[in-house]
Amino acid sequence: MKVVVCVKQIPDPAIPGELNPETNTLARDDKLILDESDSYGVEMALQLVEAAGGGEVSLVSMAPRSETSGLRTALAMGADDAVLISDDALAGSDALGTAKVLGAAIAELEADLVLAGVESSDGYTGTVPEMIAGVMGLPSITFAKQIEIADGVANVQRQTEAGYDQVECALPAVVSVTAGVVEPRYPSFKGIMAAKKKPVDSKDLAALGIDAAAVGVAGARQETVEVTDAPEREAGEIITDEGDAHANIVEFLTELKVI
Amino acid sequence: MTLAQILLFAEGDADGPSGLTLELATKARTLADTVTAFAPAHGEAMAAELGAHGVSTVYALEGLGDGLVGVHAAAALAGHIDATSPDAVFFGQTTDGRDTAARLAVLADRPVSTNNVGAEIVDGGLVTEEPIFGGTQNIFTAYRAPAPALAMFRPKSFEAEPSGGGAAAVESVAAVDAGEAGRAKVTGRHAEERSGPQLDDAAVVVSGGRGLGQPEAYSMVDELAGLLGAASGASRAIVDAGWVPYAKQVGQTGKVVKPNVYIACGISGATQHLVGMKGSKNIVAINKDPEAPIFGVADLGIVGDVHKVMPALIEALKSR
Repeated sequence: MKVVVCVKQIPDPAIPGELNPETNTLARDDKLILDESDSYGVEMALQLVEAAGGGEVSLVSMAPRSETSGLRTALAMGADDAVLISDDALAGSDALGTAKVLGAAIAELEADLVLAGVESSDGYTGTVPEMIAGVMGLPSITFAKQIEIADGVANVQRQTEAGYDQVECALPAVVSVTAGVVEPRYPSFKGIMAAKKKPVDSKDLAALGIDAAAVGVAGARQETVEVTDAPEREAGEIITDEGDAHANIVEFLTELKVI
Repeated sequence: MTLAQILLFAEGDADGPSGLTLELATKARTLADTVTAFAPAHGEAMAAELGAHGVSTVYALEGLGDGLVGVHAAAALAGHIDATSPDAVFFGQTTDGRDTAARLAVLADRPVSTNNVGAEIVDGGLVTEEPIFGGTQNIFTAYRAPAPALAMFRPKSFEAEPSGGGAAAVESVAAVDAGEAGRAKVTGRHAEERSGPQLDDAAVVVSGGRGLGQPEAYSMVDELAGLLGAASGASRAIVDAGWVPYAKQVGQTGKVVKPNVYIACGISGATQHLVGMKGSKNIVAINKDPEAPIFGVADLGIVGDVHKVMPALIEALKSR
């Protein structure tokens, strides 16, 4: 079984984000890391291939400056190889532009199953996996919390507002994996060493046959007209507990007539 | 200045439209002369309340059956927007809303504006407002692709208010063959048990986070919530760790809550969490780290150990 996993490499979420003042898109000047949201897709892929008794896990990522740091993390977890699409014309791409690029790259890989995180931690539109399916003409099941594959059919528990739906779908299909549903493995030292030698196939837009006008800022067809600071909440009262701070909460709730 | 027509992606069940759908209807009628709705299911059941919130016509998709909403709703919507030429289509940022908007974006080859909390019409075009960096800044974006503009909105961005209108007219829309992309089938639906006040509409919410230390300590959150008639919630950290189900998650992923009082217990206040609760009217935070970001939004912050403050608070409330 061949599983392709979409992974996004994002600025470290621990460092406060900022906008590029010229384009008002997210600044991505520093080193990028594997989006934690995607580590669940990678882990799910590894488990499914193990359960199937063998196969291949390939990664697909679109990133500036041929960034591979995040890809190496996922390769160290156990993925076999990666395709990286990097092109200056991709800067400022929106979800649809990203899906067009990823979809074209995945189409060359003849995957049985395409996995992705439900949403990235930085852009969090939650639309890219479904768009990739749309671009590729594949069925998709989003918000998966459990996936079982048997005889070329995926059985997926899809999270809903009320609980979950059991969904059945013949492969190939795109499935987006909810964060937290599997425990992503930590790369071993051996895995980290091996990852350095795993193949990463770098491509640009021309190699995928995509017109630069369909992606990037031009393809996004949305214009930032203003960025404002949100009004801050007024500073409240901060009390250090000396054993009786619960009384302050009781008083606060009483004033609000909650109790 | 207003648009001629906004089409609303209407979600709900046999009891009527969802709260989010009515919020969007209320906003849409301030932006457009006519508000119509497309319902992937339960179109008839939603017509009265949608009409009461300003929707003139509900286009009800027939024959969804056991298919997934996104791919089938989008296939039908693509033809529907060609036939009816709305200026914008509004979606709620829900599971099915995202799927449908994403599929439609591909079919109609135009972008989707996501995670919005506001909208206005400027020079005849849609401008949407999205909070970024945990809600510290807002970015305003003009939609420059051809109409209809596709835009998705976060829950509780607007107040739902009836307009006093009568029931909306209902027109059937036939399902469109989505081809091989439509082959996934729902074989079973499972609702998680719900008891007590629900996160979405509770006046008081008590949430727990990693600072509780261990899964068993979440029982303090439930007990405190019970005493206050509150709903119980959680940070993503303890949902991901498997302590409590996803349905309790408050944040960017998960529920957006705006209760009268939000009590955060052992939650540091990652931006992921703040986005989902900082619209609360009053915020109480208990955390042992005085530098925790949650104190930046708290009206009353207690720097202390949840294992001491919460039991004392629970005792005090019980003895009242």
